[in-house]
Amino acid sequence: MALLQISEPGLFAAPHQHRLAVGIDLGTTNSLVATVKSGATVVLPDEEGHGLLPSVVHYAADGNTLVGHAAQALQTHDPANTIVSVKRFMGRGLTDIADLASPYRFVEAPGMLQIKTVAGVKSPVEVSADILRSLKVRAEQSLGGELVGAVITVPAYFDDAQRQATKDAARLAGLNVLRLLNEPTAAAIAYGLDNAAEGTYIIYDLGGGTFDVSILELTRGVFEVRATSGDSQLGGDDFDHRLYCWILEKAGLSTLNASDSRLLLTHAREAKEALTEHDSTRVSAVLSDGRIVDLEIPAHCFHTMTTHLVQKTLMPVRKALRDAKLTPADIKGVVLVGGATRMPHVRKAVADFFGKEPLTNLDPDKVVALGAAMQANVLAGNKGDDEWLLLDVIPLSLGLETMGGLVEKIIPRNSTIPTARAQEFTTFKDGQTAMAIHVLQGERELVSDCRSLARFELRGIPPMVAGAARIRVTFQIDADGLLSVSAREQSSGVESSIVVKPSYGLSDEEISRMLTDSMQHAQDDIEARKLAEARVEAESLSSATRAALASDGELLNTDERAQVEAALESLALCAAKNDPAAIVAATEALNAATTEFAGRRMDAAVRKGLSGHKLDEIG
Amino acid sequence: MIDFTQNHFALFGLPETFAQDARTLESRYRALVSECHPDRTAAGDETSKRLALQASTQVNEAWHTLKSPLARARYLLQLRGVDTQEHTNTAMPMDFLMNQMQWREAIEDAEIHKNIERLENLNSELRAEIEAHESNLGALIDTEHDYPEAALAVRKLRFLEKLEEDIGHAIEKLLF
Repeated sequence: MALLQISEPGLFAAPHQHRLAVGIDLGTTNSLVATVKSGATVVLPDEEGHGLLPSVVHYAADGNTLVGHAAQALQTHDPANTIVSVKRFMGRGLTDIADLASPYRFVEAPGMLQIKTVAGVKSPVEVSADILRSLKVRAEQSLGGELVGAVITVPAYFDDAQRQATKDAARLAGLNVLRLLNEPTAAAIAYGLDNAAEGTYIIYDLGGGTFDVSILELTRGVFEVRATSGDSQLGGDDFDHRLYCWILEKAGLSTLNASDSRLLLTHAREAKEALTEHDSTRVSAVLSDGRIVDLEIPAHCFHTMTTHLVQKTLMPVRKALRDAKLTPADIKGVVLVGGATRMPHVRKAVADFFGKEPLTNLDPDKVVALGAAMQANVLAGNKGDDEWLLLDVIPLSLGLETMGGLVEKIIPRNSTIPTARAQEFTTFKDGQTAMAIHVLQGERELVSDCRSLARFELRGIPPMVAGAARIRVTFQIDADGLLSVSAREQSSGVESSIVVKPSYGLSDEEISRMLTDSMQHAQDDIEARKLAEARVEAESLSSATRAALASDGELLNTDERAQVEAALESLALCAAKNDPAAIVAATEALNAATTEFAGRRMDAAVRKGLSGHKLDEIG
Repeated sequence: MIDFTQNHFALFGLPETFAQDARTLESRYRALVSECHPDRTAAGDETSKRLALQASTQVNEAWHTLKSPLARARYLLQLRGVDTQEHTNTAMPMDFLMNQMQWREAIEDAEIHKNIERLENLNSELRAEIEAHESNLGALIDTEHDYPEAALAVRKLRFLEKLEEDIGHAIEKLLF
């Protein structure tokens, strides 16, 4: 690029100084990607200008995968192959979701259920990766470069299996995960930094499928989570489902096929949204067999049928307050997050509980992604003026199985992360050389009531009399809230140490198999990147040319100038289309058309430089 | 670079005493953790990430120990070569055991009658008793330097904290 060589310093921003990093809110209903651009935090829209990407993926028999609005349009037509709310299945087995109505053909698999589609069996990790990949492409096209990394948000109440699954999905989508960030904490960053807030705040985050509550202390750039609680199987979806059941009951319908069931669920969701602004709404639908559903739904009726769900959210709120040793009166502000908090009766219940109106001056759909983007910007090393620190906690206690099926807590919930705790165990039989270790997560006393994270055997303990061996088991939780466990026999000087990943996480082999499977996507990604790079190149040469024409246009005659302008114009036309090769060709044409101009500018610059100096200075 | 071979008090730049100013403790913690938090090296290489993880884990461990009066006392005694024998020495003065039994009965009774208010009241009474024990423990360590007696006080305090935990569980069981 001849012209750029003599452009004045500071005239054009160097494209690689700012490290491109994004925050991704991988939501149950919608997902978003945001970034910090020239000091402002913005949600990146798709080509049609939509910021929200519906978290919907459609798989076709020919192997084509659609994500977002295009997939959403197919959900009534092809419900079994259109995966919605996949977040609810992350890190979950069939027994966990037994009471969820859904049109999918589930397959039980070790660790996590899978879904049978016409394009093959998909794990929730793969479906989530398709959503993340779509956002990655969007970000790279919009920002015109490769991402250094991403902060992905997860519900604060996600357990280790759900977090691990999310991180695996991001790796599968080719994202470098800078951090898994708890959604309410992300919201607190966005709210706190925007409003210079100080004091104790509570974040009430009712999303599409998950509910979180976090209490944070904000003081001079430190965001300290005091307590967190929630319900990872409660969200706006449940309100839709309740209304859907009510519609079935009122319309006298019993069993519906998957397509009708999806149709009415969609109508239920739309009715719920309409009732946010209206006192009443109407559901009118024609089922596949011609039956007509036509019902009036008054808002008060909807509120009554879902009161129990609203009440259910207040339980974790009470729990978090207890854990933080606070009362509602100690809370300075209540920040509402998640689209479901738009429901008036949810707002009223929260206002009544805390005795103050909740803060709603941020878009509840976007605040999490914005906070994640701010954190990504700092983690990527783009130091802003303001530095801050996040001190987050683990939501659930971690423990080990002891005799009699009981759980011994090793790390209590709400411990600040990163953290590690070690516990010593001994053998109970003479000559015992192996020991089984079972890691659990949860608050209950019985093993059967907690989630099993990992089972492993420590072998090669030197034979000793019972009680002589000293086995030290260490739990390490990193800044993503992910656990690793290592064990070591230390009395004999023989050290055997292993690190296990919880059983719900995917092994590296599984990840690499999926990576191979997704080669087709990789091809798409390469195309997308080529396009983005070509556009960046085109834009920087065009702007350099325009600047040069403005400052040194007199160096060209009318014909020469017309040639350069024609090349500029044809490049602009190419850049608007999606063919990277054409953009590269047009860029080269512009480069060629400006070579002579660049030479003259160089000469002029040298002459100008010389003219200001005395002879003895340049020899 | 922070020297992690120091004991927790030295790491935080605080005197090795039971008595601590909560605000100083907190501000020292924040200064240390902000220096070595993994967020500072998230875009760095694997080695610096691992070092940050280890360092911040250690700072959090120190903070956890120094913040809790019971853990702080236990740690101080350990630094002075005194084993608090919490797992091995179960001998307790008779009056303390009687008092414990009364507490247990009161908690059980309130639990059976699902009396949350009574449980909350027991909790506040117990909190007051715990605080009295803590100040006694402070005097034993900081002024009287009577470490065997302090070890006994640590064992008693551990009992009381267990009681407090049980009241918490009982309340949670009734609430949730």
